[in-house]
Amino acid sequence: MAFLELTGVQKQFGDVTAVLDFNLAAERGEFVSFLGPSGCGKTTTLRMIAGFEHPTAGSIQIDGTDITGRAPNQRNVGMVFQSYALFPNMTVASNVGFGLKIRRRPQAEIDKRVAELLALIHLEGRGDRYPWQLSGGQQQRVALARALAISPQVLLLDEPLSALDAKIRVALRHEIREIQRQLGITTVYVTHDQEEALELSDRIVVMSEGRVEQIGTPFEIYNFPATPFVATFVGTLNAVEARVEDQAAHRLSLNGHSFVTASDIETPAGQAVMVAMRPEMLTLGEPATEADDVNRLPATIHDIAFLGSVIRIRVRLASPGGDGALIHVDTFNNPNLALPPVGSQVTVKFAPEGCLVLGHGGVTQVEDALAAAEAML
Amino acid sequence: MSMGAGTNRLGQGIEAMQGKAKDAPPKQRTSRWRFAWWLVFIAGVVYFFLPLLGTFAFSMKSIPAFSAYTGVLQDPKFYSTLGYSFVVGVITIIVSIALLVPTAYWVRLRMPRARPIVEFITLLPFVVPPIVLVFGLISTFSHPPLPFTHTDIGSTALLVCGYVILSFPYMYRAVDTGLRSMDVQSLTEAAQSLGAGWGRILITVILPNLRVALLSGAFLTLAIVVGEFTMANFLARPAFAPYLSGLGSNEPYQQSALALISFALTWLAMGMIALLGRGNRSRITVTGAR
Repeated sequence: MAFLELTGVQKQFGDVTAVLDFNLAAERGEFVSFLGPSGCGKTTTLRMIAGFEHPTAGSIQIDGTDITGRAPNQRNVGMVFQSYALFPNMTVASNVGFGLKIRRRPQAEIDKRVAELLALIHLEGRGDRYPWQLSGGQQQRVALARALAISPQVLLLDEPLSALDAKIRVALRHEIREIQRQLGITTVYVTHDQEEALELSDRIVVMSEGRVEQIGTPFEIYNFPATPFVATFVGTLNAVEARVEDQAAHRLSLNGHSFVTASDIETPAGQAVMVAMRPEMLTLGEPATEADDVNRLPATIHDIAFLGSVIRIRVRLASPGGDGALIHVDTFNNPNLALPPVGSQVTVKFAPEGCLVLGHGGVTQVEDALAAAEAML
Repeated sequence: MSMGAGTNRLGQGIEAMQGKAKDAPPKQRTSRWRFAWWLVFIAGVVYFFLPLLGTFAFSMKSIPAFSAYTGVLQDPKFYSTLGYSFVVGVITIIVSIALLVPTAYWVRLRMPRARPIVEFITLLPFVVPPIVLVFGLISTFSHPPLPFTHTDIGSTALLVCGYVILSFPYMYRAVDTGLRSMDVQSLTEAAQSLGAGWGRILITVILPNLRVALLSGAFLTLAIVVGEFTMANFLARPAFAPYLSGLGSNEPYQQSALALISFALTWLAMGMIALLGRGNRSRITVTGAR
């Protein structure tokens, strides 16, 4: 049995369904992220685990105990808020020790635990400061220590890094992951930042409009999106419409140019499907001189953007009827790289595994693709 | 007609001033504005202090000089009425805080839609004059089953209840402003997730962060209670304002001296708000990102 289990959880606000049939089984010590755009229901789900919202239907269990009807202060759950929510009238030490004081632990034990936690978050000796005397990053670390002080069964983090600037955000997310691993605490992390979710999580729950779109490891979510929403929301993606040429042979055509995909095609020949290609799966090359297994599509360089470690080239696919689709091709930066000039004719190359057919097949297709990927590895 | 002409002349005057100001170098323009501001400030000071000065001059007409003040300070009734009003004021403040802090907190946290209704109710003392309120109280509580006015304690209790109502606009607004300066929902939820119940959240998290707001509400309430005449007079309470009023018919100089003394006491209270509130503001307003 899983440690944190949400079964058929649903939340209605009047006529609006905020969360619909949410199912999750997280193991002890697992780091799960809820990822999705604003209003997708991720925070509402987290608040239901914390007890701040009551599910309209479904149940929530922690370590085999049903906590669905329990008040927030009767659940042993630690919560970190986007706005830190440190008590302004208390010192750092009092903030961290607040939960233990409520539990009527002896003062000596509280002091010891507070000192341990301040060391864990690298704020030793700052116990007598007030929250307003600390930077944003330090305040959030104190909030994390305060949530951990009560040794919660589950740690909940609600977009904890959103209010911080980019550099501190990256440093602090490493710190959060490090502490989480060290303590082995089951963690649910809400974010709309895909990079954060991909880097931190053991598993990601991608949500949209109250629905779970996909649950999987960062590798699965990124490489084998189950739905068009996941494909477009996580990472940069080229989504183009192609026509099915031969279902059995996995052959599609785009603007009259044939190519092969590793995905199963469930749409009958002659109909349109949405095809997704990650920019880093595409390369630019010369037109084919000999037959090989690589797909090739003719294109023209539209523009080139230098993004630091990556160079993003936008190419327009050749189309007999006029302007073809604009797609991104990513290549690693290299000072010796000779980039083709804007307007020149090129060929976009990609392996059959580099292109996914979206919108049909759902989970089955992803499982097949995963098996194929494992075979490749 | 004449008003129209006046407005026109005024308009021309302003235009002329603006025209001149446009031509004048920036430094000259700034000093002209500064002069105008000083004029406004001086007018304000005169408006405020002239009556006080007049009262002081009148109180000094008693012979020998300052005898009005010594007379007031030697009168045991001065101390007993002031003491009574202060005690009633403190009880009013305690009841008012106990009633309004949980109300304002709950409205902000769980019933934001009820806010306009609660605000309207708290503004009622501005609409219903104290005379109406006190006659309502007397006619309701002067006969069985609730003959409050038959005893001193009962009458004082009625007075406190009336004062609590009179303090609504000041106390509610102060508390609401204080609550607005903090992230009430996140602080409450943080405390809840750490195991705190409602009572503990109110006492250890919300109230300490409302300190400055409560102080200003409390001193305003105290100032109102000490100066309130109608209710105390009709409930026949030995309060400060009826004493002040009664003094006027026999000892006009002493009454002026007493008015100035009560002003000084009010200023002292205001000074205490400023003093006690200093240094706490940043602690109270800073929440969230820095």
